[in-house]
Amino acid sequence: MMIGKKPLIQVEDVSFQYLVNKDEKIPVLKNISFNIYPGEYVAIIGHNGSGKSTLSKHLNGILKPSQGEVLVNGMNTKEKRLLKRIRQEVGMVFQNPDNQLIATTVEDDVAFGLENTGVPMDEMESRIRFALDVVGMSEMSKRAPHHLSGGQKQRVAIAGIIAMMPKCLVLDEATSMLDTYGRKDILKVIRKLNDDGMAIITVTHHMSEVAEADRVIVIEGGNIVLQGTPREIFQKKAFLQNIQLDVPAASRIAELVHHNHANFNPEIIHSYEIVNEVKRLLKGGENEWR
Amino acid sequence: MAMKPILEIRDLEHVYMKNTPLEHRALSNVNMTINKGECIAIIGHTGSGKSTLIQHFNGLMTPQKGTVIVDGEDVLNSKIDIKALRRKVGLVFQNPESQLFERLIGDDIAYGPLKMGLPIKEVRDRVEWAMEMVGLPFDEMKDRPTYALSGGQKRKVALAGVLALQPEILVLDEPTAGLDPRSKIELLDRIKKLNRKENITIIFISHNLEEVTYMADRLYVMANGTNIIDGTPSEIFSNKNILKENNIGTPETVEILYLLQDAGFSIDSRQYEVDGVANQISSILQYFQEVRANGISV
Repeated sequence: MMIGKKPLIQVEDVSFQYLVNKDEKIPVLKNISFNIYPGEYVAIIGHNGSGKSTLSKHLNGILKPSQGEVLVNGMNTKEKRLLKRIRQEVGMVFQNPDNQLIATTVEDDVAFGLENTGVPMDEMESRIRFALDVVGMSEMSKRAPHHLSGGQKQRVAIAGIIAMMPKCLVLDEATSMLDTYGRKDILKVIRKLNDDGMAIITVTHHMSEVAEADRVIVIEGGNIVLQGTPREIFQKKAFLQNIQLDVPAASRIAELVHHNHANFNPEIIHSYEIVNEVKRLLKGGENEWR
Repeated sequence: MAMKPILEIRDLEHVYMKNTPLEHRALSNVNMTINKGECIAIIGHTGSGKSTLIQHFNGLMTPQKGTVIVDGEDVLNSKIDIKALRRKVGLVFQNPESQLFERLIGDDIAYGPLKMGLPIKEVRDRVEWAMEMVGLPFDEMKDRPTYALSGGQKRKVALAGVLALQPEILVLDEPTAGLDPRSKIELLDRIKKLNRKENITIIFISHNLEEVTYMADRLYVMANGTNIIDGTPSEIFSNKNILKENNIGTPETVEILYLLQDAGFSIDSRQYEVDGVANQISSILQYFQEVRANGISV
């Protein structure tokens, strides 16, 4: 996979333990290894307590491995002097929009990260304009962040990261507190960023969001237990349900229809594919779905 | 079954920072009638007033204008026993697990009943009942430390803490946000059981429409501080125009039905469960197969 391309993030045999009461250790990650390549769209899934959030916090050095290494463009997250550069390459957006905005206007909030990086003033302005434009918040640049909706707040938080021009954006359950519309807004922005070449790593419980990714990493008990495309992963419904996960509604519907109509493709994962499949069969598509 | 309203909201209004430049009207003309034993969902955008509204249900906020009547009693009545009101109406906030403060699970759940001054035996019975209701085995879990629990388990502990006060109305703000699919369905089934078996009236805020269709007898849609429509989930979700006008969005399964409709197929938008959608698609395919078998071109 991606032969010839140099990985953007290398996670090499990473283990992590939380220390409680001085000598009692709770292992959270166990010997995890994987690479993230430039421009990839990867979803990390797993149940509450599986270690996926802990893992995502390793990707830009918020947490450091107890054993093993994480390299971002070759820079080791254990080296303190490299952290600033690492975080310019890999930005992170978290679950709660209210905990991420600090300034009194939207544009000041986006500017905040840049102010500490020594970017010249005029470039700062153009980057802020660009970032707000990408997330569709240009019109609201003078508004107070705390009066925005949850989806709008998350878009501002993402703009703050985009302004730093990172190579990778990590979303740690960034849509879990948003309503359907807010979530769709964010997914659109993410899709656009990825189309423009930014690597995306999303940690989520929403299986319809997972379906958007190129590759899925499934975490259970601090180990990677499954990896593949969304379509491959969602064929393992029993396995996923056994580790407290699920498949998108479109997959469940496709499976049921397939039982009655063997020609109906059971490997569907997107809503729009259901409609296309119905049309295909009606156009005389007596052929096998394969 | 004779329906008796357990909660009535009449023309409720709330303005934050009134008479200041930052004045913000959070609620206006809110009207709701909720009957004993119902399971009610409140949906609407961030900022539509949902969280402000539910704080009026147990007297955390009192009406600036309008009336809130709980079980026949006006919350503005000066003689109302506010402690009794708060026991009657249990409020579970968003991410309640962040409010656990005792070291052991059992102690955390016992805190409320102890503060009520109940005899120790009764406290113990209530803690046991509450823990079993949320699916935490009493003997096994009561002496476990709260910090070593997963997110889903912590949320169960927080819910048990409110249940131990034996409320008649349980109000939950986004009860499953951030939980994985299995923890989500487990918690929802627990809440459903409280509703069906213990006849506790449930009112919950949610932006997860799958969850709303799974749980609610009726739902209220809030927008710009007022309730604009209410009805059964199938009434609301089969009304495409209302959904669109108010940016409500649809459960994934309803979305699939509407995509089929847009493509020219006739569908019944009330049959939106996974099975219902699959059956409708199978019938469409079946119908066209028969048509073709009879030699009629499609």
